[in-house]
Amino acid sequence: MSEQGLSVNALRGHRIGPVSFGLYPGECVAVMGASGAGKTLLLRLLADLDPGEGRVALGGVDRDSVGPSNWRRRVMFVPAVSGWWAPTAGEHFTDGTRAQAAALCRELRLPGDIMDRPVGRLSTGEKQRLALIRALVEQPEILLLDEPTSGLDPEAALAVEARLAAVREGGTGILFVTHDIGQAWRMAGRVYQLKGGGLQPA
Amino acid sequence: MTTVSFSAVDVAIASIILVLDAALSIALRLGFHRSLAIAAVRMVLQLIALGFILRTVFAIDAIWLTLALVLLMTLAAAREAGARPQQRLRRGHYLTSLVGVAAPALLTCVFALISLLPGDDGWSPRFVVPVAGILLGNVLNAVSLGMADVLEGVTREAPAIEARLMLGHTFSDASSSLQRRAIRRAMVPLVNQMSAAGIITMPGIMTGQVLAGMDPLQAATYQIVLMLLLAGGSGLGAVVSVRLVLRQLTDARERLRLDRLRDTT
Repeated sequence: MSEQGLSVNALRGHRIGPVSFGLYPGECVAVMGASGAGKTLLLRLLADLDPGEGRVALGGVDRDSVGPSNWRRRVMFVPAVSGWWAPTAGEHFTDGTRAQAAALCRELRLPGDIMDRPVGRLSTGEKQRLALIRALVEQPEILLLDEPTSGLDPEAALAVEARLAAVREGGTGILFVTHDIGQAWRMAGRVYQLKGGGLQPA
Repeated sequence: MTTVSFSAVDVAIASIILVLDAALSIALRLGFHRSLAIAAVRMVLQLIALGFILRTVFAIDAIWLTLALVLLMTLAAAREAGARPQQRLRRGHYLTSLVGVAAPALLTCVFALISLLPGDDGWSPRFVVPVAGILLGNVLNAVSLGMADVLEGVTREAPAIEARLMLGHTFSDASSSLQRRAIRRAMVPLVNQMSAAGIITMPGIMTGQVLAGMDPLQAATYQIVLMLLLAGGSGLGAVVSVRLVLRQLTDARERLRLDRLRDTT
C-alpha cells in the first residue's frame, strides 16, 4: 500500500466490504452503482462517520492514531444533502474563510448576496454548492463527494466540475459518487462500480 | 394557633365538585369521567397508603428503614423519569435516568439535611423522607423533560450535527445547541414556578403550612428554602442527564450514533 494519499485495506462496515483501494494526492476516482448499493455508506465509512473495521490510512498514518475531528478535517465528506446549523448562509463560515468563500460563490454562479440570505430560503442547488464551498475553504487533503452536481443546472454543474478539476490539480484527492457515466469519465481517472458491497473496476 | 385537620366527611365534601365534573363529562359526552375517576381513586389510595407507611416509618425511626424507603422512592422516580420520553436509548436508558435523578436529588438532600437541619434531629425520617420525596419529584420532572428533549431533538438535528462533524468540529461543539436547548427546556417549569411564586399562586407547601396554622412569614421562608433547593437539584439533574444521554449518543471516534436510539411510539 502506498504511503501517499488515502489507502484503504479490507474496510468493512454496514452493508459494505471488504473494500480495498488507494487514492493518490491529485487523483480523482468515481464510484457508480445502483441506488441502495451503499455508495453513501462507503463515503461515510471513509470519513469515520459510521463504525467499521479494517485499515484506513492517510499519508501512511493509520486513522486510529489520528483524532476523529482531525481526521474528518483532512478527509472531508460532503453529502448529497447537507445540514445547516445557523440561520444565515454566511454564519457557516469563519471570518478567516468568508472572503475565499465569496470568491468561490461567484465562480460557482451563486448570487452575490447569498451569504446574507437565510438558509431556509435557499434552493436545493444553492445549498449544494454552498456546502461544497464550505468544505473547499477548509482545504482538506481528501474530498469525498456524494453526487456533487445532482441538483444543478448544466451550467452550474460545469462550473463545479471545473473547480473540482482545479482542486485536484492542486493536490487534493477526490472520491466522488455519481449516476452520470459521462461525468464519471470526464472527471475521474478511474471509475469503480459498487456491487454487493465490493468495488469493481467499471 | 389553631390547626385545621380534616375528617373523612371533609374529604367527601371536597370531592363534590369533582363528582360534578364527572357528571358533566357523562351528560355532555366529553368522555373524561373514567380517567378522572381512576386518577382520583388512585390519588386517594396512594396518599392514604403513604400516610400509613410514613406513620410506621416515623414510629420505628430506624436509619436502615428510612434509607430503604428513600431507595425505593429513588428507583420509582428513575423509572418514571425514563418512561416518559418516547425515544429511548437501546442500552442503559434506565441507568441514565437513575443516575440523572438519584445523584442530584440525593446530593441536594444530604446537603440540605447537613447544612439546614443540623443535629441528630435532621436525620430522623420525619425530615429525610419528605425532603427526599419532594426533591426526587422535582428532579424527576427536570430529568424526564431534558432526556425527552435531547432524545427527540437529536434525530431532527442529526443533519446539522453531522454537517459540523464532517467539517472537523468536535462532537461537543456539534451538539452544543442541542444540549443547551434541552437543559433550558428542562429548567422551564422551575424557572416559571419561581417567577410566579406568590404572585399568581401560593405555592403548595406554603399553602399547607398556613392552613396547618403556621405564621405566613415563617411559612414563606420554609417555601423559599425548599424552592431554592428544588431549583438547584433540578438544574443539576437536567445537566447530568442531558450530558449522559449525549455521551451515549456518541462513541470514542465522536460519531453521532443514532443506531443507539429506539422509538417506542
